[in-house]
Amino acid sequence: MSHGFLSPTGVEIAFVLVGVVTLGSAIVSVTTRRLVHAALWLVVALGGLAVEYLLLTAEFIAWVQVLIYIGSVVVLLLFGLMLTRAPIGRSPDADSGNRGVALGVAVAAAAALVWVVVDAFRTTWIELDGASAGTTKATGESLFQHWVLPFEALSVLLLAALVGAIVLSRKRAAEGDER
Amino acid sequence: MHLAYPAVLSALLFCTGVYGVLARRNAILVLMSVELMLNAVNLNLVAFDAWLSRAARSALPHDTLHSGQALTLFTIAIAAAEIGIGLAIVLAVYRNRGTADIDRLRDTTERGRTDGDGGDGGSDGSGAGAGSAGPGGTATGEKAEATA
Amino acid sequence: MSTITLAVLVPLLPLLGAVAGLLLGRVAPGFTRPLAVLPVLASLGLAATVAWRQGGGKPIDAVTELTPTGSVPIELALHVDGFAALAAVLVTLVAACVQIYSTGYLRHDARYPSYAALVSLFTAAMLLVVYTGDLMVLLVGWEVMGICSYFLVGHYWETPEARAASLKAFLVTKAGDVPFLIGLFALAADAGSFRITEILAAVERIDHPTLIALLLLAGVAGKSAQFPLHTWLPDAMAGPTPVSALIHAATMVAAGIYFVARLLPLFQASQAAMVVLAVMAAVTMAGSALAALAQDDVKRVLAWSTIGQLGYMTGALAAGDRSAAAFHLLTHGAFKALLFLTAGVLIHAAGTNSLAAMSRMSGLRARVPDAYWTMTIGLLALAAIPPFSGFFSKEAVLVAAEHAATGDGGPVAAGWIVLTAGLLTALLTAAYATRLWLRAFRGRGAEAPAHGRQPFTMTAVLWVLAVPSLALGAAYGVLPDWFGGDSLAPGWATSLLATGIALVGGVITYATWRHTTAFAIGAPLGAVAAHPDADPGQVEAEAIASHTPAYGDVADAPDPADPGRLLLGPLHRHAAAGFHLDALYRAAFVRPVTAAASLVRFLDREVVETYVRGAAALPRLLGAAVRRAQTGNLQTYVSALLAGTVVLTVAVVLAVSGA
Repeated sequence: MSHGFLSPTGVEIAFVLVGVVTLGSAIVSVTTRRLVHAALWLVVALGGLAVEYLLLTAEFIAWVQVLIYIGSVVVLLLFGLMLTRAPIGRSPDADSGNRGVALGVAVAAAAALVWVVVDAFRTTWIELDGASAGTTKATGESLFQHWVLPFEALSVLLLAALVGAIVLSRKRAAEGDER
Repeated sequence: MHLAYPAVLSALLFCTGVYGVLARRNAILVLMSVELMLNAVNLNLVAFDAWLSRAARSALPHDTLHSGQALTLFTIAIAAAEIGIGLAIVLAVYRNRGTADIDRLRDTTERGRTDGDGGDGGSDGSGAGAGSAGPGGTATGEKAEATA
Repeated sequence: MSTITLAVLVPLLPLLGAVAGLLLGRVAPGFTRPLAVLPVLASLGLAATVAWRQGGGKPIDAVTELTPTGSVPIELALHVDGFAALAAVLVTLVAACVQIYSTGYLRHDARYPSYAALVSLFTAAMLLVVYTGDLMVLLVGWEVMGICSYFLVGHYWETPEARAASLKAFLVTKAGDVPFLIGLFALAADAGSFRITEILAAVERIDHPTLIALLLLAGVAGKSAQFPLHTWLPDAMAGPTPVSALIHAATMVAAGIYFVARLLPLFQASQAAMVVLAVMAAVTMAGSALAALAQDDVKRVLAWSTIGQLGYMTGALAAGDRSAAAFHLLTHGAFKALLFLTAGVLIHAAGTNSLAAMSRMSGLRARVPDAYWTMTIGLLALAAIPPFSGFFSKEAVLVAAEHAATGDGGPVAAGWIVLTAGLLTALLTAAYATRLWLRAFRGRGAEAPAHGRQPFTMTAVLWVLAVPSLALGAAYGVLPDWFGGDSLAPGWATSLLATGIALVGGVITYATWRHTTAFAIGAPLGAVAAHPDADPGQVEAEAIASHTPAYGDVADAPDPADPGRLLLGPLHRHAAAGFHLDALYRAAFVRPVTAAASLVRFLDREVVETYVRGAAALPRLLGAAVRRAQTGNLQTYVSALLAGTVVLTVAVVLAVSGA
């Protein structure tokens, strides 16, 4: 296959299209005035990313993405929005006064990063043929052979996070009852 | 596939997340933007893993550990833990202050002589605030007022 | 022990007593009284021994070089002649009496240890002045006396009068001391030495005797309270009475007279200086006697009287007769100290220092019989009634003036000036002495409060001092040998004239008093300090502090029963204020200096400090600017962080790719 710069394989076209959707929904998510809509647009972005993972033959990660991110993280965010009585409709003060600076910094960072990345990887291609290294089987083998220790450490981390979240969100005894 | 596509997409998503962190007022929206940033990183990791694990036939560096994918999994897990804790903190703040606006959480402000931000207590090391050392603190405070 | 050793010990013992007193005052308070009294008593004995051994013969000289200075060396020299020996006996006698008196007067005073030590130090300084033969050492003693006088006059420093008076005394005497110092240096430069004997030997060689004499006279005027630098002495009465007795009667004010007497040949070398001296003496004598007649405060009467009597001594010196001045110095020292000490007893008994209040009090004489009799003796000596000592010494002065007037002694003009002023002053002296006696002891009205017997230490010394006041005049035959001068015998003409004038003055005053006493009934007046059992010192402090609130003025009281008002007529108001010299000095010197001081303060605060504050303003502005970055807003912090990171990244990339 040719490696011309504009070699239009199907994967690339699909990737670009899904990427545009992802990026667009991400932008909407950070700019919309309706807070709940922002969470929902985030779902779209995360879903788009899951499709991208599939296109990059990382199946296991794609489904983990869907499960964890879309399934629980966004739900948590929605819970957070509800518990902090976020306004359901259009909220006039969804953006702080830092908008201008934020836009400037983001655009500058984007320009710098994109330019550096494009310049560095001008002639690099990903080989997507051959045996996929992203199957569940392959991932599992790799995880439990080479990455066992970090995996266990991660589980301890998750436990700590669990305990911490419970402690933090517990109401003080004096606040509620007369005990 | 050209590596530039996922890399550029990742960079753009990351900067979108940066904008969100810097521009949004509600703390939960900030957390959402942080998730965007983490996901951009994940995409980067997956793309590079895909590139590096297939490069056996050339002289490029060869990765048999699939570290990119492993790290992606770990990142997802850690992001989940982080969002849990983050939301717990936001809830605690909301309960204490009645608001989740980042703008209102200004405990480390430099205190001038006339402002008092929503009754927040002065924080240490931030200028001519009320000293916590009692007479020494107030004396230096008064002295600073006198010479100022 | 050789006489020189004894002479050195005479000033040394009180000095050691002072140092020990200052060091041990707090630590061992039980020792302060012996440390105050014993050294000066020992000094008295030693001074008497020195005087007896010297006997008016050849002066005792001893010298050792203290430090070479490149031009005129400073030497520690001792020069004890008859005059010095007798003066030292007087000083130690009065100092001993004052110290003993003070043990009773300031019985419970908290600052007694430092007071006694300062009195001892003062005594040592005066003895140094008396015995020394070197002008620099004399200057040291002179200045130490000045500073001790500041401390002692300001003893009751809780009262504003004492604070002001001590500062005034210090400043006025220093105003005279600056020309004095310049004069000393000029003198030593011309004569080649600081030693008095060498200066006197080199009198003809001095180039500008008038200038030097006038410069030295400035210091003498300040120290001896002569016109125009006399204004500090009446106000210095705000100090304790024993201090007034020591400093303002017998010693410090006599130091100026003593100095001129020692260096008289130098002054005689300049006719102009002698005439100036005579005019100074005359103005002082007459003015002070008029002022004394108008004073309400007992001590101020005595203060003005001191100024006048010192004028007499100055007049004798102007007429060229040092022995007469010395004689009057000795007798005046005795009777004026006596008068001040009796005044102290009187103030304690009456509870007030105001004559107006005392004249409305009866029975004061019975309360303090010792003070009554000794004060009478003292006043008679002051008024120069024979056979008291004052008569003989004043006669000596008038005879000297007569001799000068007839061409026999000093300049003729000086002689006439002194003679006329002296006779006028004799009249006025008798007048104010009589007024004092009548107002204090012949008052009519409520009974004086009974405070019990006065302390024995206070009354005993009165009698000790009454002896020379009474009898020292009889020594007029012997003293000329000591002073090395002419005869001191009274002349017939002057004695009849002067005594007659004095008696006339006394009689007129008595008659006026009889006339004006009737007015007292319509004008009740008087403020009495209400501390029947307090220390005499405390009573005096209260009396001084309450005089102005009670009578509106520190010197005068609006009393129609005062014979002085009638006698002085329209002059009374001016005389009471010392002829407004204080107001003149205030306008001419004090106001400009305070104005200059406030100008300097303004410049310092507004001009110089503005620069200082301006220098501080810049860092403060910078700091404020930097502090504004600390908004507490998380998003601004992160924005700044990220922006900086982006910039750094771009820079690194450009640098790497460029390289």
